[in-house]
Formats: sequence, C-alpha cells, structure tokens
Amino acid sequence: MYIIIIGGGRVGYYLTKALLDENHEVLIIEKNAALCTTIKEEMGSICLQGDGCEAATLEEVGTGRADMFVAVTGDDEDNLVACQVAKHKFNVPCTIARIRNPQNEALFKKLGIDVTVSTTDIILEYIEKEVPTHPLTHLLTLSEQDLEIVKVRIPPAATTVNKSVRELPLPKDNKLVLVISRDRKPRIPTANTVLREGDQIVALTSLETEQKLRAALTST
Amino acid sequence: MKVVIMGCGRVGAQLAVLLDAGGHTITILDNDAYSFRRLAPTFGGTALFGNGIDAEALKRASIEEADVFVAMTQGDNRNIISAQIAKHIFNVPRVICRIYDPLRQELYDTLGLEAFSPTTIFAHLVQEKIDG
Repeated sequence: MYIIIIGGGRVGYYLTKALLDENHEVLIIEKNAALCTTIKEEMGSICLQGDGCEAATLEEVGTGRADMFVAVTGDDEDNLVACQVAKHKFNVPCTIARIRNPQNEALFKKLGIDVTVSTTDIILEYIEKEVPTHPLTHLLTLSEQDLEIVKVRIPPAATTVNKSVRELPLPKDNKLVLVISRDRKPRIPTANTVLREGDQIVALTSLETEQKLRAALTST
Repeated sequence: MKVVIMGCGRVGAQLAVLLDAGGHTITILDNDAYSFRRLAPTFGGTALFGNGIDAEALKRASIEEADVFVAMTQGDNRNIISAQIAKHIFNVPRVICRIYDPLRQELYDTLGLEAFSPTTIFAHLVQEKIDG
C-alpha cells in the first residue's frame, strides 16, 4: 500500500518505521527541515519538506494514488485540514487523523475523516482500566454500530444491591450481557438475576446512553 | 445581530468596533488577552479570553445564540477548524472564514464555508490600481 504520513515528529517517525518493516510504500511530509534531514539520513529519501495541508505539495507526492493518508502532527487543526484536502481533492479512500482534544472526535467524524485516534482518550481508557475504584470501564467500541461494551462494578452502597435486573431503570437498547460475581463465577443475567455488592457487569451500551446506564447500575 | 468573532488582530478588532457601532451585539475571542488593546475605547461589546478551537470556550462566547461566526485569526487551519465547529456542531446560520491560501479557500468554499482569501482579494485590488 502507498501510505502518506503528515508530520515527522515522534509518532510519525515510529509509525513510518513500523510501516516500512511491513513493506509498505511510505512517504512523510514534514515542515521542519532539520527533522526532514534526520529522517532522510536514517531511512532514505522518504521524506519531503513541505506543508501537508497544501494541495500543491500533496499533488507533488501523488496523493491521488495513495491508499491511506495519516495525519499525525501535534495540532488537531492541521490534521483535520490535511485529511480534508486529501479526501475531497484527491479522493484518498482512507484518511486517519490524530486528535488531542477529545471533543474534536465528533467533528472529525461528521466531516468525513474515516478514522480518528484520540491519544487523550486512549490514555484515559488505560487509567480507567488500571484504577479499580472506577465504576465503569470501556472494553470495546463497535464504532460502525455506534455501540460499546463496558464493564460496570456494583459499588457497596449502590441502590441496585439486592435488586433484580427487572427492577433496574436500564436505558433503551442497553443489554446486560454477563454478571461476574465476587467469586469470579460468570452468569448470563435474566430478568430475575439479583445483583450483589461487588458484582461486575459486562453490558452493551452506546455513547449517548452510557451515563444513564452507569447511573442505573451504580447510583447510591 | 449577534456576532462572535474569533481573533482580535487588526482586522478582527476593527471589524468588532465597526459592527458594534452599527448596533450589533459582538463577542470577540482571543487566546492572547494582550491583543484586546487593539479594540477602540468606544467598543461596547464583550472581549473574551479563550481558545476559539475549543468548543467550551465557544460556548462561553454564547456561540449557541450567535447569528454569525467570523474566524479571523492568523492561522488558516485554526480558522477552518473553528468555522467548521461553528457550522457543524453549533449550527450557526452564517459562518465566515478567512483563508490566506487561495487553493484552500477554493476547497472550503465548495465544502460550504463562506471563505474568502485576502491574498486573492488584495492581489486583484492592486492589479486594478495599476491597470487603472
């Protein structure tokens, strides 16, 4: 595959190395001349000094035949514009943008950027997973269906303790998939399943209803 | 009309003062409080410190009630992202965006932003002056 990368900082640099190892054709566009020189000295002539948001530069590197376009500069606005130019002027089938401000994810999606990678969100997710007191953990996002699979722990003082699933005010289209009790026994919950303190629940939810699900299961 | 202007440079500040004098309700936003010195003492609108590419800051600037949003910072891409936030996230009825790069301006014009390029405008203006 021919992959164009915008931004030769650390992310761009290591990404390029990994992609070259997988035998892809890779080209980096980087504004900073010193960074360009370093990349060229190390990896050969795969770096062009220029502005990846400029149509003329993208024309020069044959963006029209690129299979993938990845913008990983440190600025959300530069990544957005580079991807939009690649998408709308050169019809690149897959555009990927790095995002720093998680709020921008919705905007980028709306504007047709195919994949967004929010580094802030990724770090946050790991913190949630590693901090056991956190009641809701994201396990998996099914972005095409707009669904997520989460794990919720029932806190000791929750009003849901000793209640059956039937009695819970679950948001619409949310499903409890699995209940894992404190003795690590997994059960598939039915309407009659009674929740206990410390139970871990794997549930299917959506971005919009996630907070409601959390409230329904853990409110005190 | 309620107008939110992002970027209190020379053009942004002058535009704010003009619109304010014309009876519009103006909020001007800049991430450098020092730039507000450019606003004439007659300016009766709101000057707000904040980053116009951040949805929270735009909310504080009451973008949800705005009739017009104008992106007027030095950076083309900053203007483009904030204009698109205004248009697609906050559904501001009219969004005007300055883009220096003529090629980028053309592209975003076709993508539905009311974009204009001072580069093109000024070049034509000077050309007209010379050609008479």
